[in-house]
Amino acid sequence: MMEHVGASLIYLLDPFVLAFAGIYAVMALGLNVQWGYTGQFNIGVAGFFAAGAYTSAILTTAPTDNHLGGFALPIVIGLAGAVVVSGLLALLIGLITIRLREDYLAIATIGLAEIIRLTLKNEDWLSNGTRGVFAIPHPFQGMPADERNLAYFVLVAVVVVGLYLLLERARRAPWGRALRALRERESAALAAGKNVDRFRLEAFVLGSAVMGLGGGLYAHFAGFISPEVFEPMFGTFIIWVMLIVGGAGNGKGAILGAFVIWWLYTFTTGLISLAPVKYATQLGALRVMLVGAVLIAILLWRPDGLLPESRDVGGKRK
Amino acid sequence: MLTDILQLLIYGILLGSVIALSAVGVSLIFGILRFAHFAHGDLMTAGAYFALFFMTATGASIWLAFPFAVLAAILVALAFDRVVYRRLRRTRPVILLIASIGVAFILRNAVLVIWGPDITVYESGIKPPMRFLGLRIKEDQLIIIIGTVLLVILLSLFLQRTRMGKAMRAMADDPDLARITGIDTDRVILWTWVIGAGLAAAGGVFLALDTRLQPTLGWDILLAIFAATILGGIGKPYGAIAGAMVVGISAELGAGLPGVFGADWSLTSYKPAITFLLMVAMLLWRPQGLVGGRA
Amino acid sequence: MTLLAAEKLRGGYGGADILNGTTLRVGASEIVVIVGPNGAGKSTALKALVGLVSLREGRIIFGDEEVTGLRADQLAARKLCYVPQEKNVFASLTVQENLEMGAFLRRDDFSARMEQIFDLFPVLKERRRQAAGTMSGGQRQMVAIGRALMLEPRLLLLDEPTAGLSPKFTEMIFTKIVEINTMGVAVLMVEQNARDALAIAHRGYVLVMGQNRFEDTGPALAANPEVAHMFLGG
Ligand SMILES: Nc1ncnc2c1ncn2[C@@H]1O[C@H](COP(=O)(O)OP(=O)(O)OP(=O)(O)O)[C@@H](O)[C@H]1O
Ligand SMILES: [Mg+2]
Repeated sequence: MMEHVGASLIYLLDPFVLAFAGIYAVMALGLNVQWGYTGQFNIGVAGFFAAGAYTSAILTTAPTDNHLGGFALPIVIGLAGAVVVSGLLALLIGLITIRLREDYLAIATIGLAEIIRLTLKNEDWLSNGTRGVFAIPHPFQGMPADERNLAYFVLVAVVVVGLYLLLERARRAPWGRALRALRERESAALAAGKNVDRFRLEAFVLGSAVMGLGGGLYAHFAGFISPEVFEPMFGTFIIWVMLIVGGAGNGKGAILGAFVIWWLYTFTTGLISLAPVKYATQLGALRVMLVGAVLIAILLWRPDGLLPESRDVGGKRK
Repeated sequence: MLTDILQLLIYGILLGSVIALSAVGVSLIFGILRFAHFAHGDLMTAGAYFALFFMTATGASIWLAFPFAVLAAILVALAFDRVVYRRLRRTRPVILLIASIGVAFILRNAVLVIWGPDITVYESGIKPPMRFLGLRIKEDQLIIIIGTVLLVILLSLFLQRTRMGKAMRAMADDPDLARITGIDTDRVILWTWVIGAGLAAAGGVFLALDTRLQPTLGWDILLAIFAATILGGIGKPYGAIAGAMVVGISAELGAGLPGVFGADWSLTSYKPAITFLLMVAMLLWRPQGLVGGRA
Repeated sequence: MTLLAAEKLRGGYGGADILNGTTLRVGASEIVVIVGPNGAGKSTALKALVGLVSLREGRIIFGDEEVTGLRADQLAARKLCYVPQEKNVFASLTVQENLEMGAFLRRDDFSARMEQIFDLFPVLKERRRQAAGTMSGGQRQMVAIGRALMLEPRLLLLDEPTAGLSPKFTEMIFTKIVEINTMGVAVLMVEQNARDALAIAHRGYVLVMGQNRFEDTGPALAANPEVAHMFLGG
């Protein structure tokens, strides 16, 4: 038992685990622009995540009859495509829904994410349906597995730090302050004129584009994607839990939350591998329950998260 | 062709019935507690499985298990209200919404842990459908429609005739005014969960009876329930019922009509998308609901 | 005899104080009117009396009991009933159901009281099965006042009961308020129609920036040139 706990703990520092945590951190940073900066309630994260992942996969895989493409383009182009496509998708969705109040936006975005997932599941020509897209190229293809994972983690870490600095800058700029003003007292800012919709749309598109980038990073690391990956639990919900547990509003919270939750989730995998295979599904479900319980515990006892938004720039949310 | 369309209508009413039973609760909770209750679909699932549990434990029929399922779902809802929602009531409603997503995942996965991932049915064996003027309807389906009508009648007697029912409608209209008027809002909230969860369990059992039991039973239909609620106007139980019929019928017609007109493609796998697009159109066009309610 | 005494109220909505030491008193069978410029804190003062605004300072005595910090429903149970300016009826409930909800706190038979209210506002009896949301502004105001009367209050708080009403309805509401007062109910109301309101008031307050500016009998205030200049359009 003890050595299993020990092994599980060491496993947490495995680059493979860290890289996934980092990819989730990218996604949480994107969500933070929407929820943390602007108060937009997007629970269709999975839609943008999927759009990014499939775009990058289709652009970079070798030509095949299984799905659209592949176009065998370089990975950098794939990732850029992921950002552009998910950003455009967000623009389209945003133009329709940006004025909805938060709970309606929630319902609308989760519905759109489900439509995207249904499309990917049913349109074989585009996405190879439930069989998914495989043989997605890895940027460090030739290396042995360990080094490859480590290299990818470094890549992801660089992206996370870069995004953090960039988004933090945007947050402190007049643009970010305007968003915060919108979030805090919408009515007062509304009086300031038509710019409101525009600011909100920009935040929605920016956040979704970052999620798309996360999707692309996911695809090239995992090497295989299918619609199942983008079901609400792992496509959306876990990212929300990460942001809320870490603390919405500042990027540090988003990053911390991503690692804490992914570690918690992975750590329990390690322990569960002790149990008979027969119960694997049940134990997996137990872990999801645990994530749900952590979310509720945080809402009840630490509603501002582990790293609350700093008061100097932010002001506290009500 | 007319028969085909009528047949689709029957399926639409059937789907609408199941949606209606849950949408009433979502609408009341939305109006009274002011948040979109994302765990409602999973409450349906729990209800459906409670019935299964009772049947396997006692060997009783589904109809004996029905009240047990309703009761158990009510207790579950009241427990979550006590432990989670009640303590968040002073925060913003959106926090309650987030919490309800957490509750949804807890409930659904609890079902998975307890009953496993396999798809099951209440009673195996295929019963041939009854035929009537060329239309097909199974006995279970007839029972579902009649059961829904009975439950709706009971609901409306409660809402129109009893002091608590009227208070519930009042609070769904305007929670602040209800409070300052001296209505016992804690009791109204308690009854809202009783009614909402009870009807959700009924809807869950009906849905499982018509299809099959699986852990995502209710979650899969949640968007349709929200669509019905918004169509009917938030806080308006009768509106929700009408909205449910619109959603159910348009989903079945939308999915089935191309085939009736000889198309070689079908939209069946996009049924959720049809209800959903209907809802987004509604949100943009008339967020206060078709007949007007609180926006 | 003083029925309500609110002393030196300070407080607001979380930001800067809106009430800066307001003091209000209402005698047992008085009609008291609060007038003042827009944003003076008149509505806030009423809300503070029924616990809808949190007070930093001050205390409120009703009857012989201190009621500072009690909630609106607790005050309703003590027969202090409040009618907000807007959203003051249950729109999808019928007139009669609105009145029944007003009596929610009563466990006794309130049918006699309902008849009394129907006598006061005969149009409500005619329309008792109509949804309140479908009625005209003046009729909705009657429903709202009627609902508050169901608990047989000793003091009725009214926030601009004539706002947005035609002169005909305005006059009729004021007549009804006098009638209610003669039934033994004290009334504290905020009014924009200052001249008409002061004409029926025993006393009045002029509130400016959350402070008492003037306080006098109704006719005296109406005659005060400074007040007249400020609010009475001349
Ligand atoms: N719910 C609220 N939250 C924050 N501030 C508020 C709220 N309601 C009113 N205020 C502010 O409090 C101040 C006083 O408002 P109040 O409604 O009491 O004025 P009033 O004297 O009733 O004016 P009016 O004649 O316009 O009704 C105003 O500056 C207003 O902006
Ligand atoms: Mg006012």
